[in-house]
Amino acid sequence: MQPMEPLTILIAEDSAADRLLLSSILRRQGHEVLTAANGAEAVEAFGRQQPHLVLMDAMMPVMDGFEAARQIKALAGETLVPIIFLTSLSESEALARCLEVGGDDFLAKPYNQVILAAKIKAMDRLRRLQDTVLRQRDQIARHHEYLLNEQRVAKAVFDKVAHSGCLNAAPNIRYLQSPYALFNGDLLLAAFTPAGDMHVLLGDFTGHGLPAAVGAMPLAEVFYGMTAKGYGLAETLREMNAKLKRILPVDMFCCATLLCLSFQRRSVEVWNGGMPDGYLHCMASGERIPLPARHLPLGVLSPESFDERTEVFPMALGDRVFLLSDGVIDTCDANEQLFGVQRLQQVFAANRQADALFEEIEQALRDFGGEARDDVSMVEISLLEPAQITPPALVYSDSGQSCPLDWSVSFEFRAVTLKRFNPLPYLLQLLLEVHGLRAQSGALYSVLAELYSNALEHGVLGLDSSLKRNASGFARYYQERSTRLGELQEGYVRVHLQVTPTDDGGCLTIHVEDSGKGFDVERVMARPLEDIRLSGRGVSLIRQLGRNARWTDNGRSARVEFIWEALA
Amino acid sequence: MSVVSKVSQDGQKLTISIKGRFDFAKHQEFRESYEDKQLSAVVVDLKEATYLDSSALGMLLLLRDHAGGDDSDVRVVNSSTDVRKILAISNFDKLFDIS
Repeated sequence: MQPMEPLTILIAEDSAADRLLLSSILRRQGHEVLTAANGAEAVEAFGRQQPHLVLMDAMMPVMDGFEAARQIKALAGETLVPIIFLTSLSESEALARCLEVGGDDFLAKPYNQVILAAKIKAMDRLRRLQDTVLRQRDQIARHHEYLLNEQRVAKAVFDKVAHSGCLNAAPNIRYLQSPYALFNGDLLLAAFTPAGDMHVLLGDFTGHGLPAAVGAMPLAEVFYGMTAKGYGLAETLREMNAKLKRILPVDMFCCATLLCLSFQRRSVEVWNGGMPDGYLHCMASGERIPLPARHLPLGVLSPESFDERTEVFPMALGDRVFLLSDGVIDTCDANEQLFGVQRLQQVFAANRQADALFEEIEQALRDFGGEARDDVSMVEISLLEPAQITPPALVYSDSGQSCPLDWSVSFEFRAVTLKRFNPLPYLLQLLLEVHGLRAQSGALYSVLAELYSNALEHGVLGLDSSLKRNASGFARYYQERSTRLGELQEGYVRVHLQVTPTDDGGCLTIHVEDSGKGFDVERVMARPLEDIRLSGRGVSLIRQLGRNARWTDNGRSARVEFIWEALA
Repeated sequence: MSVVSKVSQDGQKLTISIKGRFDFAKHQEFRESYEDKQLSAVVVDLKEATYLDSSALGMLLLLRDHAGGDDSDVRVVNSSTDVRKILAISNFDKLFDIS
């Protein structure tokens, strides 16, 4: 044991002889000594010189030791200043009182030097322990404060990134996230594609705190970047997976559900990797179709083995897609019972007003007695008329001086390319170099997308769009699409773009050809334009959005025009 | 000990048994149970595991990586209904042989 550091010790004792005796003992032991003849002097000396330890006589004139002890303890606050009562009292009640008023020990008169030294040593240990605890507590509090502040700053930065999309602006999205859910790895993103479809991502990173939030940044970047350029879910998913796989440590990954809600086609495309079931709520039937996880989370598989296959479901106006994070169903009660999917479905069953669902789920979680978790995220997206949704206008940074006005270009995309590659973002980017077309970029993209998917699906793959007449056929159609695409050996889609200047503006002709069998053009054209069946929406959309849409060569060749007037 | 590991007599198979909640608190113990071993087959016994969270999934991925990644032979056995549900949601049955 290391030798004791000398202490400053206050002796409060009304007998001058005892004072002298104690002082000389303590000085011999190496301590510095202060003395007081009564309680009041002791309190005053304590306030002035902050001794480490006090030896206190119980019975003293002016102010007794009990009161002095109380006052000294109050002055010392959190610091431990041990008080050892010196007493000739022997009845247990009086001794107990010494400790009750804040004394830490007592020493019976007459004094035994050895015991006195031992007690001082023991009290000094306690005093140091308390000191260490306080110092560490303050240090932890400082670090905690620091960390919270870092989180606040990081959250502010992240909120800007995560909410630069249309999460708050779109009238068809409702969401609820616990305030620091982000720092538990939950991520919610939404943005419009150039065609006016909406992409939504609800993700959940493994792990907690900043590490989880760090992975969210690159994910958000890929999501916004690729959505704005017109990439579909498959390409976006492949890119997100590859990026996370590259940058995250092996044990970190991101469970995610990615949706593409198409207001034009009235459908939702879903990819779920490791998230709890989402639900597609059909308002007409009241049915809730589960959207279960079919895939491993993002960032687990290598790009070669990643599976980006999606499922497509038809939606009616007002139908809603509901997604949630595992914070909801994994909320535990006091007995470590999970809230679970069944209780969630009971809430669904009891729900009468669709808009009150979030509140009802929260209430159910409270009633369940679950410990509040900070990683609860819920989002609900409903299908509205396209006219009710206004994607924000795109912002361009160039001046328009170098705008190309007289050119044409032709592409032929062959089987191997058609399997994996989506040429639409490139085509759109090229066309948007023409300033006159920018105002109609949404319509342009929609028409390009419809022409391309018609050529690919009905032409090259030979899929029959009448399959999509009902909901089950709808799902079968998209399964068949992915099967046939996988097996595709030959075929092509050709895209010819021609831009020509006119007197007061310009004209774009889009011409798409495919290697398929064609279709009965007259029969399809005879359909009314406003037909809103699930199938055949592509053709009417093209006719409404573009000019002079016409099909030749038995439907194997489609042409449509866009014109614009010269910009002021 | 809530993570117990045992190597088979021929030295080829490592069995790791988890007791109680399989979550981040077991990170260290779990890693130590296989880190210094080169084994051809690993069995993770979840008979006494009550719960499994996403960091446990991450730990399983680390184990898989250590055992050879795509060429690894990692089996997860005796998982309870609850635990199996969590493994199923994450589609971990595509990476591990789960029973």
